Amino acid sequence: MISAPAFLSNPERFMAFSRWAAPLFGGLAVLLAITGLWLGFTAPEDYQQGDTVRIMFIHVPAAWLSMFAYFCLGIASFLSLVFRHALADAAAKSAAPLGAGFTALALVTGSLWGRPMWGTWWVWDARLTSVLVLFLFYLAYMALRSALDDETKAARACAILALVGLVNLPVVHWSVNWWNSLHQGVTVFAKGGPKMAPVFLVPLLLMVLAYMAAFGALWLVRIRGEVWRRRADAALSRLART
Amino acid sequence: MLDLDFGKYEGFIWAAYGISALVFVLLTVASLRFSAHWKRQAEQLKAQEDARS
Repeated sequence: MISAPAFLSNPERFMAFSRWAAPLFGGLAVLLAITGLWLGFTAPEDYQQGDTVRIMFIHVPAAWLSMFAYFCLGIASFLSLVFRHALADAAAKSAAPLGAGFTALALVTGSLWGRPMWGTWWVWDARLTSVLVLFLFYLAYMALRSALDDETKAARACAILALVGLVNLPVVHWSVNWWNSLHQGVTVFAKGGPKMAPVFLVPLLLMVLAYMAAFGALWLVRIRGEVWRRRADAALSRLART
Repeated sequence: MLDLDFGKYEGFIWAAYGISALVFVLLTVASLRFSAHWKRQAEQLKAQEDARS
């Protein structure tokens, strides 16, 4: 029996799979987002935060996806570095702009939530700063990628950079426990269960699933584009030789 | 009940949702265009190769 990673490591099988999986994930993302947004906008105001609690339904999913996308980037980079697998490198390269987008959204929506609740747009708090560092890792990855012409060297250097950046993920997650922070502590994965009423928790989890499905769809589309790009480069090289 | 009047927080909430929607649209359009562009290029070059052989 072929395992899932082995199945998808074959470019032909990956292209056949992603051809139907990408639109499926995209459709799922739209359905989940419509349901999540409806439940989120019909939920009552929070007793402390008032209507600003509605920013949570887009801020928390963006923040989780910023870490999830980096985790995917790290795993793909590891596979690319160890097994020299071209599709793993394409997956890593394709995850970076999406992760940067989610991280930017987490920072901007967090700022728009922080201003009315904390009275400031930004503080050099452990959580906010570590997320900014995550954003800078994404930017550095993309800058390094575009700075190196040699595809093999770029893959190797970027994979090493991505693996170094993985160290930041636990810092982002536990920053609210390790340091005194203005940011809210762990709520959904708190000991003893989520510290949130179901009326807020259900739309939040639906929106997280919607963001994950959207990431899945866009990631597959971008990997497909990267496979096509490499095929075009290979064809161009063959044509130049003949 | 759906109530879209967010009072004094209206600007913050709609700005957050508006920016999120914009980023999603940009990521989707950029990803689809990137993929479509290179698919077209790869197919054109493959056709050239086939014509030569």
